[in-house]
Order: sequence, then structure tokens, then C-alpha cells
Amino acid sequence: MLRWLPQDVSTYGHEIDSLFYLIYYITAATFILVTVLMIVFLVKYREQPGRRATYSHGNTTLEIIWTIIPAVILIVLAFMSASTWAKVKRQVPDTDFEVGVTAKQFNWEVSYAGPDGKLGSEDDIKFDNDVHVPVHKPVRLILASNDVIHSFFIPNMRFKQDVVPGRRIIGWFEATQPGKYEIPCAELCGFGHSGMKGWLYVHTPEEYKKWADENLAPKAQ
Amino acid sequence: MSDTAAADATHAQHAELGFIRTYIFSLDHKMIGRQFLFMGLLMIIVGGLLAMLVRWELAWPETPVPGLKFIPEPYMYEGIIPPQTYNALFTMHATIMIFFVVMPIMVGTFGNFLIPLMIGTRDMAFPKLNMLSFWVGAIATLVMLSSFLVPGGPAAGGWTSYAPLAARAQYTGVEWGQNLWIISLLILGVSSLMGSINYITTIINMRAPGMTYFRMPLTVWSLFITAILLLLALPVLTAALAMLLFDRVAGTSFFLPEGGGEPLLWQHMFWFFGHPEVYILVLPAMGVTSDILSTFSRKPIFGYHAMAFSMIAIAFLSWIVWGHHMFVSGMNPLLGTAFMMTTMVIAVPSAIKVFNWLGTLWGGSIRLTSPMLFALGFVSNFLIGGLSGIFMASTPVDIFIHDTYYIVAHFHYVVAGIVFALFAAVYYWFPKMFGRTMNEGMAKIHFVLTYIFFNGAFFPMHFLGVAGHMRRIYNPTQYEFLLPLQHWNVFITVSALLLGASQFIFLGNFVWSLIAGKKAEQNPWKANTLEWSAPTPPPHGNFEVQPVVYRGPYEYSSPDVKEDWLPQDKDLGAGAAARAH
Repeated sequence: MLRWLPQDVSTYGHEIDSLFYLIYYITAATFILVTVLMIVFLVKYREQPGRRATYSHGNTTLEIIWTIIPAVILIVLAFMSASTWAKVKRQVPDTDFEVGVTAKQFNWEVSYAGPDGKLGSEDDIKFDNDVHVPVHKPVRLILASNDVIHSFFIPNMRFKQDVVPGRRIIGWFEATQPGKYEIPCAELCGFGHSGMKGWLYVHTPEEYKKWADENLAPKAQ
Repeated sequence: MSDTAAADATHAQHAELGFIRTYIFSLDHKMIGRQFLFMGLLMIIVGGLLAMLVRWELAWPETPVPGLKFIPEPYMYEGIIPPQTYNALFTMHATIMIFFVVMPIMVGTFGNFLIPLMIGTRDMAFPKLNMLSFWVGAIATLVMLSSFLVPGGPAAGGWTSYAPLAARAQYTGVEWGQNLWIISLLILGVSSLMGSINYITTIINMRAPGMTYFRMPLTVWSLFITAILLLLALPVLTAALAMLLFDRVAGTSFFLPEGGGEPLLWQHMFWFFGHPEVYILVLPAMGVTSDILSTFSRKPIFGYHAMAFSMIAIAFLSWIVWGHHMFVSGMNPLLGTAFMMTTMVIAVPSAIKVFNWLGTLWGGSIRLTSPMLFALGFVSNFLIGGLSGIFMASTPVDIFIHDTYYIVAHFHYVVAGIVFALFAAVYYWFPKMFGRTMNEGMAKIHFVLTYIFFNGAFFPMHFLGVAGHMRRIYNPTQYEFLLPLQHWNVFITVSALLLGASQFIFLGNFVWSLIAGKKAEQNPWKANTLEWSAPTPPPHGNFEVQPVVYRGPYEYSSPDVKEDWLPQDKDLGAGAAARAH
């Protein structure tokens, strides 16, 4: 089933994917165990003339066992997840590469710092729906919305973050492979929700410099 | 209790009641239960048809739906569903299925019909409140349906109605549709509150002599806990809905940032209600399933106390897990970690229930009747829905699958899976409810087709979710990364259409059996619980003599008697009664 996962091109994606796989194996094993037992019981203990059902109200030892085993597995999963979660959502690495994304019905407005070097000032350079970043460099995203809640989703980057009007939310990723990746909106945002999407262009450092020189450099007067 | 006395007085003169007092403004809990059933079955047709349209659009986007050319613009264009209508379709599908199908049937119908019969009393504690609860619910239903007819169409902001999208008409283009949605749910909340107060009071005060709490059938336990959850959760929804309505029509800014409000406040309030709501829907299904599995395994339920306590545990924990709907909402990620822990813990009592159901089958003498097949189907669906929930409980995995079809698959295995318990309950109690028997062969065909097409419709949604397919999108072919998966959307839609078509077997069987079904015996399944000791169908006032309870509800294959069942109210004399539970 997990072969349908989109290719992972981020630094933290493999940790998310390995948790995904781990839970998949645990739940698949549980599913098979319970289903096989159920089928075996349905066949073996089907009604037969002359046989009476076992008169039993339960078995405390068994019940304690099948309470403790799932509890331990689930708690261990929670602790394993907590460290990856902290890495992805709470520990934003130091980086000088910032991109602003402001959502509005039904576009991603992408902004880079202008000549003053500050993001969020008057001279920001703005693009519709296209994000350009260099490979192997942590990217700090500053996410905001002008109207309703949207969700900035980059499947290949294992990145998803709702953008909420009235809030400035920080997110980050670091790409490991150059390429072109889709950025759909993942939260219902109105009649144009479907088709609200952008593209993430991950460039090699040289290509990125070329793109930045052409698009971000102060225009000669 | 004076109301009880009043109820008794009403019952005493039941022979004189005319048509209107018997069938329309009835005070009889059984008639009110039937009324909820008919309302719920009517609404499942509406909710189901909306789902078919949603599926049509996803499989063959922007192509005309056959036979719908007559629907005028701007709702449809020559049969083609526009995005605005599509959003309304899935919003109303979810709203109707949750609030107007599963709740009225699982809680309204079976709560009303079964609680007094199963605890051995004549009626509900407050029969007039009970009648009012149904009729207020009917008004809520009419208000919700009327929103299809107002200009701008019905609500289109999702059943979750996130603010600010649902808080200002300009964002969705829906003016009165959304207002009516809010008003309808406010009214429905009043109906549910009246019902839950009635259930709680009845169960606490009116149990038959000998019916201790731990001799109650698990169906009654589940409805008792559900009623408590309803009583505590609904006021929060009501408050949130009122605030949303004020934001829309009175110029307040509870959820609007431009006026100093906070969009996430809506999500916190909605899910603080919404998560207990999930258990309000699923607990009665679990109770009914426990009773049916025990009856047709001819064996006591495995671990009765564990089953009751796991439901109580679920009820407590359900108040502290709501944040798992909000891991990527912008809420402080540290809070996400805390909610992940509680969410992992709530999976444990659910696991206990599945294992105990398995334990019930072990060593049984299993009869695969139609209620049993549907109850097993519920267990099988709940197993898948429960296990897929672990993925989204893990915060890092949830980053990827949140708002994808993985979630859609998960909650359909749980909530649409409840429909299996619903069918199990209808097939099981139909003889007691209507005095006639449903056709068993048709019921089994209905089960096989429903089980196959249900899995065909919902299992592949996991694959779409793993690939990142977002939920609530109108046209998946707008996305390059989803194009290779479009054949799954077609497969799902074909299965869903066949799933819908299979339900005509049920509808036909139901209607035919109502009119011409074989007359039912008093206890056709040879079951232990008190409702089977009452005449079929039970008259106004239920029991001919007040039943006295000597033991728990699951004494199947007891060594004390020759038969393999032992009714709760059967007096075996002093010696045997001391041995039995």
C-alpha cells in the first residue's frame, strides 16, 4: 500500500516515512491476526448438532495481557513520534533563507525580501504560486492568510501547515533533490479550493543563483 | 416521581387513543422509536444520493450526471456539477449522515425502543418530553432540508464549518443556506438534550426489581454513556453555533481576526464537541454488537465488566483528545504532543472491545443469522477504522495524511461502518418492533453485497490518501501528482454506486415485511434480555406483569438449565438463583 507514497525529497521526510511504515507493519499484523482468528472461530465454532457452547464469562489473565500489550506498543509509538514531531514542527534550524507565503482565495502569494533585505517590507518581490528555492538549504517559511484558512501542502516534502488569518506561522523544510513539485491547498477554502495550487522549484545552487539574479536583483534604472 | 405517575395514568387509558395520539403525537416510547427510525431511513436516502453525486464528480469530473439536466443553473449546468454545488453536496452529505441518520437511528430509535423494554419498565420517565424531543428533531430536519431551496443553496463550508470560511457569507457565497444549517443544528441540539435527559433519568430510576447496573445489557450501558456524553457535549456545540450565527448576522467577531477574533477558537469548540460526538455515534453500535454477538454465539459476552468499563474509559478520555484534529492547524506544536499521548491511550479501550468480541466467538455455537453477519461486519469495519486511526494519532504521520483521503477512509470505516451495526439492530429487533419477520434470505444477500461494495468503496481510499489525494477537492485531474491514481477514483465510484443500489434489497425487504412479513414469535432468537419477555409487538405499557430480574443478560449455555438460554427474568428457585450472576 505504501508504494503510493510520493517520492520524498526532504531531509526529515524519511523519519516520517519510517514511522508510517512501522505503524503500517504493526497494524497490518494486528489486522491479519484478528481477521484470521475471527474466520477460524466462525468455522470451528459454527453451530453443530449436539455441541453446546462453552459457558465462560471471560478470562482475567488474558484480558490483562491484551490490555497491556497494545498499551505498551501505543505509548512507545507516541514517544517515537514525539521526537520526530519536535524536529519537524518545533525546531526550526537557523537559516538566512526566508520565503513569505500569503494565501488568499485562491492563490499562494509568494514573497522574497527586496533590496532592503527584509521580508515583509514595502519593497518585497512577489510572485503568484511559484516558490523557488535552492537544494540543500533550510528554507524558513512565513505563512499567513488574507481571508480564510488554507493549508500549504507539499506532498513530496512531507510538509503541511494550515495558514490561519490573523496569525504568522513559521514552517521549514530542506530539499534534497532539484525538481518541480506541486503545492496544493489542503484545507477547504471556498469554491475555488480545488485547483488552488502552486509549484515548488528546487534548483541546484548555480541554477538558483541564476534565477535569483534574473528575478530578485534590484532592477537597473 | 410525579411524571412517572402521569405516564402510568396515560397508559391506563391507552385503549381510547385515536389515530393522531397513537401514530403522530404518541407518548409511547416504542412509537417514538419507530418515528425516529422512519425519519432516519428517509434521510439516509437523501444523504446517500448526495454521496452518489460526490462520487460521480470525482470519478468523471465535470461531465453531466445522467438524468439531472432538469436542475437549473447555477446549481447545475446541463447536468454538470459546478464547484459551488459540489462543496454543498459533501457538506450536506456529512451533516445529514451524522446528525440526521446515525444519531436518530442509533440513539433516537434504539434508545427509545430498547431502554424501557430492556430495563423492564413501562415507558420513559418523561413521555411528553420524549414526544417533544422527536417533534423538535423533525422541525430541525425540515429546517435542514429547506436549506436546499433557498437562493445560494445549502451550506458549503464542510460539515466542520470552519471559521472564517463559514463565518462570512462572502467567503462561500452562501447566505441563508449556512444560517439555516446553524439554526437547524441549534434546534436539533434541543431535541437531543431532551432525549438524553430522559434516557439518563429512566435508566437511573426505573430499572426493574433486580436489574442492578451490572445486570444491564451492554446496549443499555452504551446508550446510558452516550446520553451522558450528549448532555455534556451539546452545550459546547450550541455555544459555538450561536457565536458563529452572531458573527454571520449580528456583526460580532468571535472567529474573525479582523475584529479581534480567533479562527482556531471555533476549531477548539467544534472538536471539543466533535470528538465525544464520534463516540456518541459509535458507542451504541458497540453495545448492540455486543448483545448480538453473545446471542448468536450462544455464549456469555467475554469480560462483561471490561466491556462496560472500557466504554466508561472511552467516555472520560473522549474529552481530552479533541486536539488530534488540529495537529497542523497552527496550534502550538507542544500541545500536539500532549494530544498525541491521550489519543494513543484512547485506542486501548477500543482494542479491548475488539479482543473481547473475539473472545465471545471463541468456544461458541455460532449461528450466522443476518443480524450476526452485520454485527460481524461492524467488528471487521471497526477493526480497520480503529487501526487506521493509529496512523493519524502519530503527529508526524498526520502531517502527511491530514486532510487527505486517508482520513476519509478512516472515518467512513468507523462512521459508515456503524451502518452495519444499524442494519444488525434493525434485522434483530424488527420482529419485536413490528411484530413481523424480515425475509432472512434477502437479508443475507443484502449483507454479502453491502460488505463487498462497502470495502470496494472505502478501502482504496487508503491508497489515494497515501498518495496525498486531498479531501474535498472538486476535480482530482487538476493535479499532476494525482493523475496516475484516477483509476482508483473510478473504481471507488463504481463500488459506491453498487453499494447504493444494493440498499434497495433492504428497502424492499423492509417495506414488504412491514406489510406482509411472517408473524413474529415472542422470542424468535431465543435471547435472554427482557424485551423478549414482552408480548410481540409489546402493547402500550410493555409488560403484562412487572418483570423481576434474577441474573445478568448473557446467561447462554448455562449449566443450570437444559436449554442454551436463560432469560433474565426466569425464576429458577432459590438454589439456582444464588449460583447464577
